[in-house]
Parts: sequence; C-alpha cells; structure tokens
Amino acid sequence: MAKLQALLGWVDARFPLTQMWKEHLSEYYAPKNFNFWYYFGSLALLVLVLQIVTGIFLTMNYKPDAAVAFASVEGIMRDVNWGYLIRYMHSTGASAFFIVVYLHMYRGVMYGSFKKPRELIWILGVFIYVALMAEAFMGYLLPWGQMSYWGAQVIVNLFGAIPYIGNDLAVWIRGDFVVDDATLNRFFAFHVIAVPLVLLVLVVMHILALHEVGSNNPDGVEIKKHKDANGKPLDGIAFHPYYTVKDIVGVVAFLIIFSVIMFFMPEGGGLFLEPDNFVPANPLSTPEHIKPLWYFTPFYAILRAIPPMFESQFPGVIAMGVSIVVLFFLPWIDRHPVKSIRYREPIYTLALMIFIVTFVALAWLGMQPALPYLSELAFRCSELYFSFFIVLAIYSQARSKNYYITWLVALAAAVILMDLPRYIGASGDKQILIRYSIFIPLIYFVITLWLPTTAAKWTTSKTVPDRVTQ
Amino acid sequence: MKKILFILSVTLLCGPLYSLAQASEDEAYVAKADINLENKDSLRRGARLFVNYCLSCHSAAYLRYKRVADDLDIDEKLAAEKLIFVADFSKMDESEAKRQGEPKKIGALMTVAMRAADSKRWFGTAVPDLSVIARSRGADWLYTYLTTFYVDDTRPMGVNNLAFHNVGMPHVLWELDGLKKPIYETVKNKQSGTETETQVFTGKFDYLTEGKLSPVKYKEAVNDLVNFLVYMGEPGRLERQRIGIIVVLFLGLLLLFAYLMKREFWKDVH
Repeated sequence: MAKLQALLGWVDARFPLTQMWKEHLSEYYAPKNFNFWYYFGSLALLVLVLQIVTGIFLTMNYKPDAAVAFASVEGIMRDVNWGYLIRYMHSTGASAFFIVVYLHMYRGVMYGSFKKPRELIWILGVFIYVALMAEAFMGYLLPWGQMSYWGAQVIVNLFGAIPYIGNDLAVWIRGDFVVDDATLNRFFAFHVIAVPLVLLVLVVMHILALHEVGSNNPDGVEIKKHKDANGKPLDGIAFHPYYTVKDIVGVVAFLIIFSVIMFFMPEGGGLFLEPDNFVPANPLSTPEHIKPLWYFTPFYAILRAIPPMFESQFPGVIAMGVSIVVLFFLPWIDRHPVKSIRYREPIYTLALMIFIVTFVALAWLGMQPALPYLSELAFRCSELYFSFFIVLAIYSQARSKNYYITWLVALAAAVILMDLPRYIGASGDKQILIRYSIFIPLIYFVITLWLPTTAAKWTTSKTVPDRVTQ
Repeated sequence: MKKILFILSVTLLCGPLYSLAQASEDEAYVAKADINLENKDSLRRGARLFVNYCLSCHSAAYLRYKRVADDLDIDEKLAAEKLIFVADFSKMDESEAKRQGEPKKIGALMTVAMRAADSKRWFGTAVPDLSVIARSRGADWLYTYLTTFYVDDTRPMGVNNLAFHNVGMPHVLWELDGLKKPIYETVKNKQSGTETETQVFTGKFDYLTEGKLSPVKYKEAVNDLVNFLVYMGEPGRLERQRIGIIVVLFLGLLLLFAYLMKREFWKDVH
C-alpha cells in the first residue's frame, strides 16, 4: 500500500492524475435530483466505446473493396468466431446510439440545459450529433448492400443540387461519377478513423465544458448558488461514488434492452438492418423504394416534402440543412428565464409536445413511399417543425396580446403565400389536399398563438424554487 | 413518470398507424410458411431439395458444406456423398476445364460452376446467390413464390409466377409439383358509384399434369426447402438465441445487485 502511494506520488508530480480524478469524479458535485432522463449521457458514452471496440474487431475482417465487401460481411457473420455477435453489436449499437442521443437531446430541451451558462455544451453536443450522422451515413455504405449503395447515391446527389458547383462537388465527394469502389474506400477511411477522432475530441470538449459550469437538473436551478463552508454545493453530491453506482444500474438496464434486441431481433423489424440490404449493391437495378435508416428519416421527410423550384431540388436541401442547423441556435431562440419544463408556462409544454409528435410523424413519413397525401402531410409537418422554433422565440418573454395576434396573422399569411405557387397549376386532387391540409398549420398557430391571449394561465410560469426539490 | 407514459402513448399510437400502412401497401396473394429451425428432419429434407434442384444455377457462396453437415447432424462422409454434386474447377486451366473436375472438399463454399455471364444470356438476368435470400425476401414470399408457378405459353420458359411476375426462372420443381393454372374469380367492387370487376386469385389451381407429389405433399416439400433457406440466411440463429437467454438472465441478476449497491450508497443522500 505504501509502495502504491509512493507510485501515485511519483505520477502526480509528473501528471495531474489525482487532480483529474478529483475534478471530474470524486469532487465533481452533481445535483442530487437527477431523474430517469439523466442516464442517457453516460449511456451515450457507453455506446461510443462499444462502437469503437466492436468497430476495431470488424475492421480486422472487413474488406473495403466493392468486389468483396458484401462477401466479407457475410464472412464475418459465418466464418469468423463470434463474428455475428460483433457485427450485430455494431449494427444494433448504431441505432442504439441515435435512440440514446435523441433522448439525451430531448432531456436538454425539456430542462433548459442549453441555456446560459451552458450554451457551449449544447453547441458542442449538436456538433457531436452532426458528426454522428456523418459517421452513421458513411458506415452504412460499407456492407455494400442495395440500400447502402442507393442511400449513398441519393444523399451524395443532394450536394449535386447546389447551384453552379453542385455536380463537381458531388463528383469530388464520390471520387467517381457514380458511387463506386473509390467512394467505398474513402468512406471506409472516414468511418474508421477521421470521424471517430473528431467525435472523441468533441465528446471530451463536451464533458470538459459541462464540468466547467456544472450540471443542470430537472428543476433548472443553479446548485452553485448555495454552498456550504467548504465551497461544496448544498444540493450537490459527488459524482463518484453516487452517480457512478447509479449509472451502473442504468447501464445494466440498458444492456438488457440492448441484448434483447441484439440476440432476438437484430433486424429491429427491418428498421436496424433493412431487408433490401441483404441484396448486394447493383448499380444497374434501382430499388423501388429508397429510404435512409430510421434515424435520418425526419430530415429526409423534410427534404422530400419541399417542392422543387426552377427544376432544382435545392430548396429541399436548404430546408433539410436548416432543420439541423437551427438546433445550434436554440440557446438564442429560446431565451425564457425559466429553464425547466416543470415551471414553464403551460403553452410551452403544449408546443413542445406537439413538436415531439411532429418529429415522430416526420420520422414515420420519411420511411413511407412518397404518395401524394403522405407528401402533403410531410410538407405540413415540416411547416410545424420550423414553426416550433419561431413560436419558441415568441414565448421567450412576456408579450402583449397584439404581439401574439400580429404573429398569428403574419405566420398564417406566410403559410397561405407559400401555398399559392403550389396551388396554382396543381391537379384537382392535389388542390383538394392543399385546401384541407392547410388547416394543420393554421390550427397549430391558433393553438400556440391565439390560446395564450385567452387566459393569463397559459403564459404564466410557476415560481422556480430556490433549491432543488427531491 | 408522466413523460414515460407520454412516450408509451406515442409508441402505442404509432404502432397501429405503422401496421395500417404496411397492410395497405401490399395486397397481393401471400401464403404463410411454417418456419421451425429446430426441426432438423425438415432442414435435412430441405437441404436435399436445395442441392438437387437449386444448387447448380444458384450458388450459396457464403455457406460451407461442413457447416450444413455440422448444424444438421449429418455425418461428414454421408454429406460428401449426398450433398456435394458440384465439381471444383478452380485448380484447372481452360483446356482441362472441359473434363470433369475434382469433387469439392467438405470445407468448401457452396459455389457453382455456371458463370454469371452465361446465366445472364440464358435467363435474361444473372442468377442471384441464395445465401441470404431469405433475409431479403422473407420466408413467406419464398414459400408463395415456389408454390405459385403456373403455365403461361407467352413466357420463354413456359411458366409464370404469381409472386414474381414474368420471372426468368423455369419451374425447376415441376416434376414434383405438376403443371397448373390458377383459378380466378370475378369480384365486383363498388367504388364512388362506378362498378368495377377485378379478377382475384382464389388460392386454388387447376392441374394440367399431376406431379410426383400430391399438392399437399408438394407444399410440405417446399416448406422444408424454405425452412432450409431461412437456416442458410443465418446458420447461427439458434445459437444466438440460446446465448441470448443466458446473457439476459445474467444481466437480470446483475441488475438486482447493481440496484442493491446503488441503494446502499444512496442511503446517505438526503
């Protein structure tokens, strides 16, 4: 024991080991009232490690060559010892990563964790999310199945929709005029080393930023306001051992769900591993219905829903880009002083619930074939998606009745104006669809902007307690 | 708790919507296969059909004969005799290839000698590998496909298919199945005032030539074959599920202890 102490002293004189242990674990004080939603941060870290470790083993047997990539994946499934388990862990892990990250982000929105002083944590988090999307997209090409191939083809073609430089840019990304061996090789390089490095750096920055300002909590109160004589927050408990032992429970519970999926339904009902991807990539046969994996479908639905302008898909690409980029600005869009949904005005809760339904609806619509009525519904859901952020900005402070009504009229007029070019020249059936579905955004604006003017209770937030509640 | 209830309700809402959309998408005739990977007799019968009828045009290039022998409890010598009909031409040059090749070794992959370029010329399309066909098409589709070949003189192979319209493949199982034509009935639909008549398949066939097997026996044989194709799609499926039970039970126990540890530590948090 004495020798171990001496060794630790030797290391500490050369590297801040004990200091780091204290700063980030044993003397990092986290609010004591974390609930269910606070598991997903540590779970995201767990899945990241899982993906890296399984990924390393997969690269030992995978061959990034268009001629043999598909066969090498089946080789892993059949001829490599425990290969099927490693591959399923990785494929299930990819979907699990997005489930966990979506819940983690929703937690941040719900409890206002993105607000001052945590704007940078949020922004770094959105960067992680974007990097994760790139990572997942490029990884999905590697099995070289039909959906890998055509999904990549469609997404890379999006860059081709950019005016003037689009075509050259798409060729530059693919390294060929179509998705081909060159594309597979570079996507492999990005997937196994470039993007993971970026992800790791971002994750470290995300955690460092968090530990600099301290964690938010379900009450959205700052625990650092009330400290004891030693400078320890009164409502804080040491991350280690309290949250390490608590997170272990979360980890095991998560692993049970993860294992049930991985061992008994690794295809996830066709959502995690798509049936079409068991057909080797064939550049000469386009699948009937190309769709990205489930975690991209909300944005894919927005992309498809926006009609082309001047025979260019560019507006859709812009809309999809904005739907993701808008997340970066959330700390400045929602500036309401109350952080947590527990104390925020009821109209905000209502708007957030509608947003969740919209997001899930978009995810579902993105998986469906583009039938006219579904496309129309996707267009309306896209309008709701963007409207949420406008409404959020309006809710940021106390507003007069006239302010709400002015915005109600302005947004309704904007929606009608946007419909005019779609309406004129559309077929009779499409006109009927547009006429009826326009009520979706109109009713949304009435609920979110007229309702607050009817009674003060809609816009009155509750008093935020001084200390955390248990 | 309220939030969990909310998520639950969203999921419950989306479930029926999803199934509704699935149901309306595909109204074509689909027969259900009865898949049981524990039934090794059925798998062995399926393997016999597969190597005799399929594995000469179609390959199963990701599967090895030995794996089949091991998984289906077939003695290796017997397997070499009864399953391996494909010769190994890989060690011969062009002139020698005209002669008979050596029989494949038991550890070999189930590839075939037919070249893709030839099959494209003969059948209009490259014959697909069947290793993971059950995972892309699904057992029910394969079962429907193999039981609904019918005589159609307009097609180059003389047959057409209810599940795969204008398929390029001949009805290789015709000796067992016989030659048949589907029986349709006329169904009247009344939609928005106008009456339309559609031909709907009754699920029954009119046999022009009887096969070696009765229709019931033929369906059983096809079911065995589809069972084998499903096995082939993922030979390790049963093992995966067996390990899964142990892993989940272990994690369940671990959860209990993890929870007890958490409770013990959190006693001093007030």
